[in-house]
Amino acid sequence: MALDERSTGPVEASADPAARPEGTPVPARRGPRSLPPWARITLLAVLAAGFAAAYLTYDVTGNVAYVIERRSTVVLTMVVVAFAGAVSTVLFHTVTDNRILTPSIMGMEALFTLVQTSLVFVFGIAGLNMFPPAVEFLAQTALMLLFAVLLFQRLFTGGIGSLHLTLLVGIVFGVLFGSLSQLMRRLLTPDEFTALQSRLFARLTRADPELLPWVAAAVVLVAVYVWRMHRVMDVVALGRESAVNLGVDHRRVALQTLMIVALLTAASTALVGPMTFFGFMAATLAYQLAGSHEHRHVMPVAFLIGMCALVGGQFFLEHLLGHAGTLSVVIEFTGGALFLYFLLRKAAR
Amino acid sequence: MIELTDLRKVYGDDTVLRDVSLRIERGGVTSIIGPNGAGKSTMLTIIGRLLKADGGRVTVDDLDTERTPGREMAKRLSILRQENRFTTRLTVRDLVRFGRYPHSQGRLTAEDHRHVEAALGFLDLEPLADRFLDELSGGQRQRAYVAMVLCQDTDYVLLDEPLNNLDMKHAVAMMRQIRSAADTLGKSVVIVIHDINFASAYSDRIVAMRDGRVVHTGTPEEIMTPEVLKEVFDLDVRIEEVGGTRVGVYYR
Repeated sequence: MALDERSTGPVEASADPAARPEGTPVPARRGPRSLPPWARITLLAVLAAGFAAAYLTYDVTGNVAYVIERRSTVVLTMVVVAFAGAVSTVLFHTVTDNRILTPSIMGMEALFTLVQTSLVFVFGIAGLNMFPPAVEFLAQTALMLLFAVLLFQRLFTGGIGSLHLTLLVGIVFGVLFGSLSQLMRRLLTPDEFTALQSRLFARLTRADPELLPWVAAAVVLVAVYVWRMHRVMDVVALGRESAVNLGVDHRRVALQTLMIVALLTAASTALVGPMTFFGFMAATLAYQLAGSHEHRHVMPVAFLIGMCALVGGQFFLEHLLGHAGTLSVVIEFTGGALFLYFLLRKAAR
Repeated sequence: MIELTDLRKVYGDDTVLRDVSLRIERGGVTSIIGPNGAGKSTMLTIIGRLLKADGGRVTVDDLDTERTPGREMAKRLSILRQENRFTTRLTVRDLVRFGRYPHSQGRLTAEDHRHVEAALGFLDLEPLADRFLDELSGGQRQRAYVAMVLCQDTDYVLLDEPLNNLDMKHAVAMMRQIRSAADTLGKSVVIVIHDINFASAYSDRIVAMRDGRVVHTGTPEEIMTPEVLKEVFDLDVRIEEVGGTRVGVYYR
């Protein structure tokens, strides 16, 4: 801050002393600010709806009812996954006061991998389909939530700075789960390994149609709750000290938010599989494109970007490229690349 | 009135506040001075609810700061730390609006908007109101932060080293604005400050700390003496009177 303190008098009003050398013209305010956030949200909503309509209706042949039903299931899955991934990442960023970490740091996805690997390890390939989907989903979600609760318990008792300590403990557990899974995977037969591998890549077409409406309903409830928090989240985004100064019970709000993040991550992972960088991608693009710092704009924009990426991506891969690849792999690759880009750009500063 | 009773803070083996008891009267500017590590900022941070004490209590107008709901406290007392860095990209006006959060929980009324504009005006920030914080110089940014806590419209305003990183001109401007916040807006301002001469020129009361204890309290005339300053800073300070203000000379 000391270096910034260079300009005086009338120069102050027109130049940014931190970044620009003397005499360089100040660029005019960039365009994106001119479009109000609600217009951006509408635009993205139209785009997402367009992709969804295109995906649902493109080249429908044979049993129309069956095809539409199958595709609707996929679209509804994507709504759930897009909301869970995008919104949970935005909330996680806000409450941890950073924009690089993602909720997967809490080790829940590693736990999912461990559970699936253990099933195959103990029961063979049959282990993957041993339980009815609803039972498996509930058990898997409950297990991940239980882990999150045990992890966050520290926050109740710990002092200041324990939020980051908690996350660190999460990372350590994630590594532990990862190593255990790896050890077991080495002992599998190639067939079992292949079967497991396909389960560990998120598959958006995998969700059980009977289970999905219930999960979607639960997510809607969470969405309503999250929406009611948007103003306090704006304050929490200023950091703990500013939030406390402004009268926010920071510990309570942080704990509440982390539980919501855990719930969303757990539900999404149990439904389709781990998507580590998807939420990061949606949230990071949303910060750039929302044109506002307010959560009532950022969260819908992140969700809609997620929808566009999932439905649009699935449309291209499935219909135009003829099932050329797995969508989640493409999205994880893109998201991962974006993550590295931001990490390196931050490091370069 | 802010009242501290047996306030204690320990970091590991290090006791930074040793059962401090202190009364800070309502109104005017109170400066807290003392050498590095005396516990000044720690004490201010505890009063401002950003840090929990390990013992003792703080009351503000007879309200216990730990037991009173945060929202109530935030309408009576605000605090600004020296380090402020936000992840979100905010304009000056966005930032100042947050000062109204304790009053309106984010739904700004016409009265809130009046407070925002008044705070911007009070710190001469109108021309900069729509600029982003990262586009401002250090002095301008500091003013924006102070505008936010003034907009919070609390009786008590705590500022942790408000002159940090400001040059002479901006430091004087900041102290004038703090003085006028006390005189025209009727705020009780408590600041932690390193420059004893600024403290002498602008405060009504000075609290001198050393080794986690309050060693002296009094008016600038009472504190700005070679004996007191020797005891506080372990340094020989010559006191001169310049234009009615006591000035300490300690540079060589």
